[in-house]
Amino acid sequence: MGKNPEFVKFDKVDKSYDGKVLVVKDLQLDIAEGEFITMLGPSGSGKTTCLMMLAGFETPTNGEILLDGNIISNIPPHKRGIGMVFQNYALFPHMTVYENLAFPLRVRKVEKEEIDKKVDKALSMVSLNGFETRMPAQLSGGQQQRVAVARALVFDPAVVLMDEPLGALDKNLRESMQYEIKHIHESIGVTVVYVTHDQSEALTMSNRIAVFNDGKVQQLSNPAELYEKPVNSFVAEFIGENNTFNGEVIDIAKDKCKVKLSNSEILANPISVKSKGEKTTVSLRPERALINPTDKMDNMFTGKIEEVIYHGDHTRVRLNLLGSSEFILKVPNSTSNLELKVNEDIKIGWNSTDARALDPK
Amino acid sequence: MSSEIKQILTTDGIPLEVSLKKAEKKNKIKAFLLVAPLLLFLIITYVFPIGEMFSRSIDDKMITNMLPKTFKEMENWDGKELPSEEVFTAFYYDFKVLVEKQEHGKLGQRLNKEKNGFNSITKKLFRQVKRKKIDESISIKEQVMKVHKRWRNVEYWQAIKRTAPPYTLAKYLKGMDMYYGADGSITQVDEDRRIHRILWLRTLEIAFFVTLFCFLMGYPIAHLLATLPMKYSNLLMICVLLPFWTSLLVRTASWMILLQQQGVVNDFFVMIGLVSDDNRPEMMYNKVGTYVAMTQILLPFMVLPLYSVMKTISPSLMRAGKSLGGTPFVAFWKVYFPLTIPGIGAGCLLVFILAIGYYITPALVGGASGTLISNQIAFHMKQTLDWSFASAMGLMLLTGVLVIYWIYNKLVGVDNIKLG
Repeated sequence: MGKNPEFVKFDKVDKSYDGKVLVVKDLQLDIAEGEFITMLGPSGSGKTTCLMMLAGFETPTNGEILLDGNIISNIPPHKRGIGMVFQNYALFPHMTVYENLAFPLRVRKVEKEEIDKKVDKALSMVSLNGFETRMPAQLSGGQQQRVAVARALVFDPAVVLMDEPLGALDKNLRESMQYEIKHIHESIGVTVVYVTHDQSEALTMSNRIAVFNDGKVQQLSNPAELYEKPVNSFVAEFIGENNTFNGEVIDIAKDKCKVKLSNSEILANPISVKSKGEKTTVSLRPERALINPTDKMDNMFTGKIEEVIYHGDHTRVRLNLLGSSEFILKVPNSTSNLELKVNEDIKIGWNSTDARALDPK
Repeated sequence: MSSEIKQILTTDGIPLEVSLKKAEKKNKIKAFLLVAPLLLFLIITYVFPIGEMFSRSIDDKMITNMLPKTFKEMENWDGKELPSEEVFTAFYYDFKVLVEKQEHGKLGQRLNKEKNGFNSITKKLFRQVKRKKIDESISIKEQVMKVHKRWRNVEYWQAIKRTAPPYTLAKYLKGMDMYYGADGSITQVDEDRRIHRILWLRTLEIAFFVTLFCFLMGYPIAHLLATLPMKYSNLLMICVLLPFWTSLLVRTASWMILLQQQGVVNDFFVMIGLVSDDNRPEMMYNKVGTYVAMTQILLPFMVLPLYSVMKTISPSLMRAGKSLGGTPFVAFWKVYFPLTIPGIGAGCLLVFILAIGYYITPALVGGASGTLISNQIAFHMKQTLDWSFASAMGLMLLTGVLVIYWIYNKLVGVDNIKLG
């Protein structure tokens, strides 16, 4: 299948509401056909604004948005043929589930039998057959959510937008819905643009994630790369947990640099530092630091245990290491568990490739 | 047996239901005490006056108490020919008591309302009784009949008999331009004297159109209020509520200044050349004035319920409607409008009920063709002092409102009304 890699294209899009502050700055983003892309970022980062511009409820202040090669900035929302799942589902409370699903078909003047068929298909997709005559208020949150998804898909739109659709659900339901939406996407191959501020949601569901901050895409890559190889300290901080050291580069080679902290020196992987004397923040994932490492690692230090918190599948250990008492370790729960006691000294080691020297915070 | 099984006991062995009632009794008493002042207030100021109004509107006991012996004797009278000697005698003794109490005048007035001509013949009879010209030892019938020829006319005796029941619906019939004819049947008044029916219809018509105008103007305002950013919507809300803070009389008076023939609006029309100076349209002392002033005054009652309902409608619903392919109009008509129906219902009912009993504005700007039934009620309260008729019309108005409410409930359902 010749999938269009630029099915949705944001081309140098700027957006400002008041003419003073740019909410979205020079956005350049290509979304491939059939892709599940997530816009992830803290609130106020411009992700929802991007979605609204794509849906047609906001107009770009500058730049163009293209859908399948056509500029859509001047097309009103109802002619764009983009399905949308809203934050609070936005089911029509005075219509039954059937009528809700039939709405996009009726306004398109689809024939009655065809509507019945499509509604039935959409409902079976979200496993809600038999709920046709219920009113939205008679459904649980998860069911309403599924109706909203079915409604956004029932008229076979080319693109479906989802604006934090799982925000109102409790944790267990949210997780199961994540898989459900992911499976629906996989089975029908529609292009999905998903907005969330929940990083685990983004990591679970997406083909690619665009991390937004301050109106700009900080990094656009697949979940694994995003987690393993953040390109700047915001992404490192925002995705997953992260130990940081602030310091100054005192020596730099091709794939290694020496960073001077307040009272010691560590080796790190130079990502966004280029020369000696630059300030940097070194980021290290908690699970990459090991206790009493058996292999030879190029960073080896001794720290004092400050706190031990049992988390079931793992134990979090807070250490005082290299002058900072915020160093976190994650110890998986296994049979060969170590005895971890507060105020004991332990040996910690990590590879310099995992310690990424990024832009200073 | 089955009920015994169902009964659940507490750990102390008391049935759960009894225990629950005991536990909640205190709360119930507290709740009742909290509403008691209001309940008392309502009974004193609402239920009791309405009951009083009702009894006054049907009360016809005065004459029943004045002629007790007469009516007792009249029970045996067929009402076709002149009554017997006994009836005349009873009437004479009743009348004599009234003369002693100096209440004969009241009787004459009351009977005169029933049939013209009673006033003069009771006066004549009074003079005879006063001068003790009637000899009680011979036939009283003959002597009374000699006082005036009308006492020989059976129609006058029939009129007396008609006043016998202590209760009457005559006032209600009068409110509908009908009366009891000589033979006791319900008759329509002559066509040129049917003023009440015109007033009822006009009241309904004006209330209907005022409601319609309020709806047409209030809906967009309420929508704006609900969707504008806070700082503008607050300002607009003040504009809507500002008339509320002004006295009703002041508002009506200012409409008089605006609408009169030499008023601001007419001046403006002349200035822009819409009408010529010597042909200024009359916008006051007719229906136009009533419509304009009442619509303005009742507008907040439409806007506020609509606003409170619209405020709860999430803007994402309209967006959903549009993103699913509905044009803005379809999204409005199929999604937004049906959700505002509870507000429309509440607003319309409120405005209609207020309009149907409106008094001060039509009285001031209505003129002859713009007065309503409430003005007629006030007229009878203050001018003719026929309070029982005013009460009857007031109750008819109240019944009308209740009927409208009932119909409304059947059509829209009171559960669908939302006042806030």
